[in-house]
Amino acid sequence: MNGITRILLFMVSCVLTHNFIFSRFLGCCPFLGVSRKVETAASMGVAVTFVMALASLFTWLVNHLILIPFDLEYLQTISFILVIAALVQFVEMFLKKSSPSLYSALGIYLPLITTNCAVLGVAVLNVNENYNLGYSVLNGVFGALGFMLAIVLMAGVRERLETSKIPEPLKGFPITLICASLMAIAFMGFAGLA
Amino acid sequence: MNLHLSSAPHAHSRESTTVLMLNVIIALIPCVAAGVWYFGYSALITVAVSTASAVLAEFIWQKCARQKVRIGDLSAVVTGIIMGLNLPPQAPWWMAMVGSAFAIIIVKCMFGGIGDNFMNPALLARGVLLASWPVRMTAWQAVTGWNSAVDAVAGATPLVNPSVYTRLDLFLGNVPGTIGEVCKVAILVGFAYLLITKTISWRIPVAMVATTFVFSWIFGKDPVTSILSGGLLFGAVYMATDYVTCPMTARGQIVFAVGAGLLVAVIRNFGNYPEGVTYAILLMNIATPLIDRFVKQPVYGHEKGVRKQNA
Amino acid sequence: MPNKKKSLGAIVKNGLLTENPTFRLVLGTCPTLAVTTSAMNGLGMGAAATFVLVFSNLVISLLRNFIPDTVRIPSFIVVISTFVTIVEMIMKAYLPALNEARGMFIPLIVVNCIILARAEAFASKNGPIASIADGLGMGIGFTCALVLIGCIRELIGNGTIFGAQVMTAGYESMLLIIMPAGGFLVFGTVLGIFNAITAHTVKKKEGSAA
Repeated sequence: MNGITRILLFMVSCVLTHNFIFSRFLGCCPFLGVSRKVETAASMGVAVTFVMALASLFTWLVNHLILIPFDLEYLQTISFILVIAALVQFVEMFLKKSSPSLYSALGIYLPLITTNCAVLGVAVLNVNENYNLGYSVLNGVFGALGFMLAIVLMAGVRERLETSKIPEPLKGFPITLICASLMAIAFMGFAGLA
Repeated sequence: MNLHLSSAPHAHSRESTTVLMLNVIIALIPCVAAGVWYFGYSALITVAVSTASAVLAEFIWQKCARQKVRIGDLSAVVTGIIMGLNLPPQAPWWMAMVGSAFAIIIVKCMFGGIGDNFMNPALLARGVLLASWPVRMTAWQAVTGWNSAVDAVAGATPLVNPSVYTRLDLFLGNVPGTIGEVCKVAILVGFAYLLITKTISWRIPVAMVATTFVFSWIFGKDPVTSILSGGLLFGAVYMATDYVTCPMTARGQIVFAVGAGLLVAVIRNFGNYPEGVTYAILLMNIATPLIDRFVKQPVYGHEKGVRKQNA
Repeated sequence: MPNKKKSLGAIVKNGLLTENPTFRLVLGTCPTLAVTTSAMNGLGMGAAATFVLVFSNLVISLLRNFIPDTVRIPSFIVVISTFVTIVEMIMKAYLPALNEARGMFIPLIVVNCIILARAEAFASKNGPIASIADGLGMGIGFTCALVLIGCIRELIGNGTIFGAQVMTAGYESMLLIIMPAGGFLVFGTVLGIFNAITAHTVKKKEGSAA
């Protein structure tokens, strides 16, 4: 298998086979919380993609340039979360200055992303799987695109559910979780694609 | 043309739902008959158990939820029969029951009942059974004839081992597989009946099968064998055409069918599962709300408004 | 004194029932879904989260008058991740099996919304003892929810509870339930039942009051 095929398969695996929501359970809070409307879901997806790509890059650098050379690996969790928090803060300030329109669209989601476990999750995953820099960033970008696919599909279904006669106790979170379950079953079809 | 069928309101008038469902049931009879012909009485028992469980599950749910009991609209019967036809002939009775109960209660009733499910209940239940008891769901009984009571030696499905079966075998149904999917003649008879009674339109089945044909060819498989194997025809005629879970506009339906056909070819050729029809249709069911939203047809542009009024 | 004791009990009860983090507030969904493939995994995760919750609540409550408002969230995160690191080390040393099984979700306790939410909503506004009570109540509430879901999934998906065979030999496990899809399904269904029971009792109370 040549390099390009391998990278392509890795991308498919990140988006579909090992989908962050349906198979890794990372990023469920925003997936359940911000999936009411297709537009907001898509904005959240873009914001997460942006941050996850940067987070994969910087946490890899921190891990390989600081933590490993100085034998400080036990500080991984604490340093990763600080990197992510700083990154989110920085992205927020940068967007505010450079692109106010994008900021007003994504602004409210950015603080939420610090506690999106998909972001810290991708950093931890990259370390556990021993990915090199390139694969780490790919994992961040395409993992986030998988998250975006899931949340946008979910938002489409939820918009439809608004006119459904769902039994009272199931409205809100319960039916959303059951929806996610049914979607996860359909996503099993991608098993083995990569 | 049967434009009134392609939009949601049918679910709100009981009379027409019952007639539609009755037509689907009639169209399923050839498949049931062929299944019994090839696999014996055990196939009939499996279908009967799944149908009875589906109706019972709907009855119990509607009683418990203090809703009006609407099993008379026959939609649970259709789900039950299709569930049964999606099982391997020697499936144990409890699997038929679990599948039907899952389809009716979790996929349909929890989302509000008929017209509100966003996925095809029988198909999702098949996905559940496939994930839960993979060995039982893929242990195929060889064709034994209608009066055989013994379990025959399991054979590989044509998808796993295509060279064993001729195209004629595939077409007539003389191959291992689920009860309903094997006999293509029966499926085509049912399809013709559904078309004549204007129960479904030709778009989704034809576009889906054609897409799989083309992509199987591109992926280097024999396209004729590909479309005659597995559950492609059965899924395309009876399950992908479910009004509730496919797009409303003609253009949307084409997008839906092409997507499903492509996914079938991709999953069959590159995935773990030899058969991808179940997942392909389910995945397109999920995408249906988005297709309805983004694929608009100028001619039918007012349909969205109509739907909202009725909802 | 008795007055204070009662209020402490009320704080614990609040976390256990009234504001159960999993069933009422629906926070911390990721670990709830990911680690509940067995009752034991649920218990381990719940215990780890409770430990972090109690100590981070305590420390944040003690520091609440020294932390400037503007940097409060980053400071909370530093405190929380310190305790998470401690848990990680303990797990690696004493429970290597559990750490292997779901190790990835231990560092992710840092971003478990329950902990940050309690720091922000309770510990930064209340005294240390009340904060410990709050952490304990919330932690136990979370643990109970995880163990409950873990038991259901383990029973249906594996025929056992806490590793002990419960189902008869002829039972064929429904594998789906211990897969990701089953996690969503069981959590959603339990949540719906919880809602139905709450609605029912509220109705009953209103009925008896009227």
